[in-house]
Amino acid sequence: MKEITYLEAIREALDEEMARDPSVFILGEDVGVYGGAFRVTEGFYEKYGEWRVLDTPLSESGFTGAAIGAALVGMRPVAEMQFADFISCAFDQLVNVAAKNHYRWGAATPIVVRAPYGGNIHGGAFHSQCIEGFFYNVPGLKIVAPATAYDAKGLLKAAIRDNDPVIYCEHKYLYRRIKDQIPEEDYIVPIGKARIAIEGSDVSIITYGAMVHTATEAAKVLKGSGVSCEIIDLRTILPLDKKSIMNSVKKTNKVVILHEQTKTGGVGAEVSALISENCFDYLDGPIIRIAAPDTPVPYSAQMEEVFIPQPKEVINAVEKLMRY
Amino acid sequence: MDIKREDLLQLYYYLKLTRRFEDRISSLYHQGKILGGAWTSNGTEAVSVGYGYALERNDIAAPYFRDMGVFLIRGITAKRIMAQYFGKKTGVTGGKEGNVHIGDINFGVIGFPSHLADNYPVGTGAALAFKMRGEKRVAVACTGDGGTSRGDFHEAMNFAAVRKLPIVFICNNNQYAYSTPLRLQMTIKNVAERALAYDMPSKTVDGNNVVEIYKAAKEAYEVARNGGGPTFIECKTMRMHGHSEHDSAKYVPRELLEEWKKKDPILNMEKYLLENTIARKEDMEGIELRVKKEIEEAEAFAEESPYPEPDDGLKGLYATPIEEV
Repeated sequence: MKEITYLEAIREALDEEMARDPSVFILGEDVGVYGGAFRVTEGFYEKYGEWRVLDTPLSESGFTGAAIGAALVGMRPVAEMQFADFISCAFDQLVNVAAKNHYRWGAATPIVVRAPYGGNIHGGAFHSQCIEGFFYNVPGLKIVAPATAYDAKGLLKAAIRDNDPVIYCEHKYLYRRIKDQIPEEDYIVPIGKARIAIEGSDVSIITYGAMVHTATEAAKVLKGSGVSCEIIDLRTILPLDKKSIMNSVKKTNKVVILHEQTKTGGVGAEVSALISENCFDYLDGPIIRIAAPDTPVPYSAQMEEVFIPQPKEVINAVEKLMRY
Repeated sequence: MDIKREDLLQLYYYLKLTRRFEDRISSLYHQGKILGGAWTSNGTEAVSVGYGYALERNDIAAPYFRDMGVFLIRGITAKRIMAQYFGKKTGVTGGKEGNVHIGDINFGVIGFPSHLADNYPVGTGAALAFKMRGEKRVAVACTGDGGTSRGDFHEAMNFAAVRKLPIVFICNNNQYAYSTPLRLQMTIKNVAERALAYDMPSKTVDGNNVVEIYKAAKEAYEVARNGGGPTFIECKTMRMHGHSEHDSAKYVPRELLEEWKKKDPILNMEKYLLENTIARKEDMEGIELRVKKEIEEAEAFAEESPYPEPDDGLKGLYATPIEEV
């Protein structure tokens, strides 16, 4: 075992997959000589050369399309969006080409699009967004969002080996703040499987990404007042691990859904509908969603703190539910 | 460049097959036998036949929707395409897709997305893979004049030029993007001028002359194959039908159509074959009969083929399905 950060986990996954499989390569803006805006691919250019760590022109749609084309003829490209926010420029290629290739004409498109996302870093409206909602209504894509260094590595490896287009949401706030003990040997975290981050019996907090840590903070406080929270870390948000969600709800009968993405039409709405449709008889109270308000991400620290869900909101929601 | 007699006859055969096949599609559409819409390349067949025939077996095509010649030349048969138009299980996509939304990677054809010029970056990616792996293969991507206004066109051209990728970009300049004429699409005289911005070699050719297009494509492929980078080829032609078969194209001046009718690519080729004593009238009649038979067989195949099971539409979303436990 060894201890590494969330960012190092991403770097290790990329490095090990590139060493293992010559069809894996990286493309994007400033990923090569500079080593990436967040230094994720630092040293790769020297190790793998300019054709496997490809600095592209500033053209998200162009290089995403190129990743798709390379994948169609046997490569396994990993495209880096410098900030997830810029993925909107590649929307068409992901939604109309990558997501539909296999369904429409039977061609596998094994691409990974790395999307450094999320706020709490004072990046403002164009460097802080959660982008999973943009793609949530697109059948054919897979979306993962690790919360831990262990999952960051395992999910990225699984995504690279997967034959479908995977949007890999890596939370910028976690890059250097989270550390985990991870095994020395090769492992993957399967796509489509949630995990129980904390086992509990009174209430289920269903969440993913950086909010897993917000939920954990809340759970610690609530434990002090005798409330046992179960935290479900979705890990894969498209498609959802329905079974893990329902099992937890059937056990605790109370649900809080927590995400940093804005509220309307978000992942939480889907999880909530899923529970209503399938577990209505098990519920003791209303499903409560905690999410960012429906505004762009504000810049000022005071405003951003209101925007990003805080442990206190989770505690209030759980306390409210405990009265049912 | 000398072209063998058999290749010239094949070019003629594919021109004829494309024209007659799409004529039949058009008739069937007007009889209500086609599901959804129908799009043809009428008047512009020389473009797809010329650049498609110049490819080698291992090359990759990223075509657009007026590229029937490419589909047929690559080996996606008239039978499978007709069945696709009928929404049958035996169609190229098993009924998942219709009409010209054709792709089959086993034949080196990347599926066509309706969003024009989307296949420019995708074709560029295939070329990138060939270059990375040191393979002597090329990619070709095609779009219409309208598609050259989109960002994907420019992003692909720029990237391919910067990295000197083995790709050839084709533009079927048929004067109209649906109802929008060139003068409202761009201010330049030749679409090929767009390539200047990327320092990419370019050529404007007679889009109704299949031999000229074939030669230009072949030369460009050889340059690309040998590390010389991309080329842009503009084929100037004229769309003789509407945007799709439901469109009467009243917005196109009749005189313009009359003028272009005289330059029909098939008539051009027949004249060329006769004048150069490459083929006699009988040879061409023989080809006409062969084409007729092939289309009749395709239609019979499509008619007789089963429809997909309704639930087939629920399958095939992922290449690596996620098991629900």
